[in-house]
Amino acid sequence: MYKLILCQRYLRTRYIALASVISVTLGVATMIVVNSVMAGFSGEMRERIKGVLADVVIETRSTDGEPDAESHKALVRELIGKYVAGVTATVEMYGMLSFEYGGQFIPHPVTLIGIDPESKSEVGPLVDYLQSYHAQPDGKEVTPAERPLDQKPGWELTASAIERRQRVAEITHQRAQMLRELKKQRHGEAGQHEPAPRGAADDPFAELDGAVQNVAMQDVAAIAQPQDGRVYIGAGLISFPHKDEQSGEMRTVFMVRPGNDVKITTATAGIPTGAYFDATVVDVFQSGMSEYDSNFVFCNLEHLQKVRKMIRTNEDGSESRAITSVQIRLKDYRDSDKVVELLRTEFTPDRYTVRTWEQKQGPLLAAVDVESSILNILLFLIIAVAGFGILAIFFMIVVEKTRDIGILKALGASSSGVMSIFLSYGLSLGMVGSGVGVVAGLLFVHYINQIEGIITIITGHKVFDERIYYFKEIPTHVDPFTVCWVALGAITIAVVASILPARRAARLQPVQALRHE
Amino acid sequence: MPTASATSHPSSTLSTSTAPVREKPLMPEPQIAAIAVEKAYRKGDHQVPVLHGVDISVHKGEFLSIVGQSGSGKSTLLHLLGLLDAPDVGEVQLDGQRIDDLSERTRDELRNRVFGFVFQFYHLLPELSLMENVLVPLMIRHSIWGYWQRRREYQDRAREMIDRVGLGHRLTHRPSELSGGEMQRAAIARSLVARPEILLADEPTGNLDQATGRGIIELMAKLNEQERLTIIMVTHDQLIAAEAHRTVKLREGRIEPA
Ligand SMILES: Nc1ncnc2c1ncn2[C@@H]1O[C@H](COP(=O)(O)OP(=O)(O)OP(=O)(O)O)[C@@H](O)[C@H]1O
Ligand SMILES: [Mg+2]
Repeated sequence: MYKLILCQRYLRTRYIALASVISVTLGVATMIVVNSVMAGFSGEMRERIKGVLADVVIETRSTDGEPDAESHKALVRELIGKYVAGVTATVEMYGMLSFEYGGQFIPHPVTLIGIDPESKSEVGPLVDYLQSYHAQPDGKEVTPAERPLDQKPGWELTASAIERRQRVAEITHQRAQMLRELKKQRHGEAGQHEPAPRGAADDPFAELDGAVQNVAMQDVAAIAQPQDGRVYIGAGLISFPHKDEQSGEMRTVFMVRPGNDVKITTATAGIPTGAYFDATVVDVFQSGMSEYDSNFVFCNLEHLQKVRKMIRTNEDGSESRAITSVQIRLKDYRDSDKVVELLRTEFTPDRYTVRTWEQKQGPLLAAVDVESSILNILLFLIIAVAGFGILAIFFMIVVEKTRDIGILKALGASSSGVMSIFLSYGLSLGMVGSGVGVVAGLLFVHYINQIEGIITIITGHKVFDERIYYFKEIPTHVDPFTVCWVALGAITIAVVASILPARRAARLQPVQALRHE
Repeated sequence: MPTASATSHPSSTLSTSTAPVREKPLMPEPQIAAIAVEKAYRKGDHQVPVLHGVDISVHKGEFLSIVGQSGSGKSTLLHLLGLLDAPDVGEVQLDGQRIDDLSERTRDELRNRVFGFVFQFYHLLPELSLMENVLVPLMIRHSIWGYWQRRREYQDRAREMIDRVGLGHRLTHRPSELSGGEMQRAAIARSLVARPEILLADEPTGNLDQATGRGIIELMAKLNEQERLTIIMVTHDQLIAAEAHRTVKLREGRIEPA
């Protein structure tokens, strides 16, 4: 009983000891915040990678692919039918994207993926990543979503895209007409005064002639007709952040918008040689993974197969279209190892690679794991340092209390009794420290976006720019296991730090202690 | 009120002689005895001998006072008797049994149950109230659960004890809020609350004025008489020593007949 009372009194009368656990508190709070935010980020990132890649991916070794989509799908369903929630076949290849902006053509190396949007959206949340399905911030205003979320993704243009296309077509047509008029006039004048026609090199419009003639001859509707090639284009490829000098606000400038045309060249590899085609942008793809958003161009599968000459006519007249990869979504991702094993029996390694998305993105995920464990080790070292603070302060308290320890022993207190006073003292301080730390950490995590807002107001700097991370808010994920682990670790450190002083106190002889001044 | 100790003297059956064994038929065995104890403190290389073979024995119900010059080893002797320290040579006996070589646990137990200690410098715990200070021996004796169950009883006992030393109005005060005499009385209450068999008091009046000191001695004499409490008291003051049944004198670590 005296142990409890004394322990409680020492706690109440020695606030300096509480100061020593503040470092524990801070350490615990920081660990919880850092872990939660990192878990939030990595969880969100994994979600996005998984969303784009699908659970399990079968890829052909050859860039020419293997025919055909249906037989692959059928084989997959035969092998692992009961685990499968969705299958889609795609064609993936490297290519070059170029588009016109400010009178210049801007090229970009890209990964070109031919997809069937409908089955692709069974495999991953495609619709979540297409901008036309979501309201888009545009400066201060917000453009409302153009398509309802329940609409299946396809290659149709939105109304605004059609309108934009129409406007572009009108301007193009007008310009072509004007040029033709100009040219006609010039030719007419030249015919009257100067019989010798001008050399092509002197004529600034000569090279345009063919195209202009073509465009000018067509009517506007024909020009406005979208291309056969349709693409969802990664947002990072066609946009850049821009700071408005006047308002100081950051906004994203899109160089290409749905309805515009882009040019795509596929890389030459194997028998189907490189192809070149124009495509109309149907939608902008934004997953939030910059690796994907600045690299991926999704194209309509049939068109890509056609221009890449991946369609072969069989003897019976039917067509077989080659594909290069099959994406599979599982009902339960925990079956993935079994599924990969099963698939490998038929999709043999000489022609295919079968991987889960985690295996495919292994290095990236491993890097994140390493980062988080290094951070944890560092932060835990901070708590350990706090442990030494506790050790020092406890020693001070034991020395200060030496006479009282002597009194207790003279009155019959056992060594273990005296030791337990200081151990429970350490335990309580550890619990208080880590308890407050846990609460503070959880509160911080819970209000992290508000806190971010306040810091932004105070410093005038945006701490967390959603344009960089594509998160509306800072993602967090509190793992109860981690919280318990951190709290227990901190308590253990406090108790361990109090063992030495407590043992010293317990070993004192009553008389020695009593005579201590 | 007549002084209890003065009236008790003639009626006492105890001898004031220093030779303990002479009364064997009357008092078969001393309650507590130190037999040829020697004690030296080690200061670096050389030893500081304090006690050179001290023999002392006290019977149940006896009130013994020890006098001697400062530094003669009175406190040291008291500490040896009360198991706060161990003799280098010789032994300490309780009811004829050697106790100084018992296990630490048993000695803790004996300190708590058999001995009551009043220290030269009070030694109250500054964080606790007077009431709690007095309760400490009982808290030490009982487990948390055992104490909690009977805490009312113990609190009543402590309150009664505090009333007896005349501090009933100071229950919740901290030691720092008490005067020297009050602290000494609180220390006496603490030493008695666990109902010890032997009270060891080290200059209980050393820091007090005459009147207060006398009050405390009277209290001790009364307890000795009423409850047959064995008391061994160290003092400088010849007048106060005279209140005891018997006085021994320590000089340079040896007993001298008073
Ligand atoms: N821990 C120690 N180390 C060294 N010497 C000690 C120690 N404790 C006591 N002494 C010495 O032992 C001698 C006896 O001390 P003790 O406290 O028993 O004297 P005392 O008779 O009680 O004196 P006082 O009347 O002043 O209280 C003293 O000379 C003291 O210096
Ligand atoms: Mg002394």
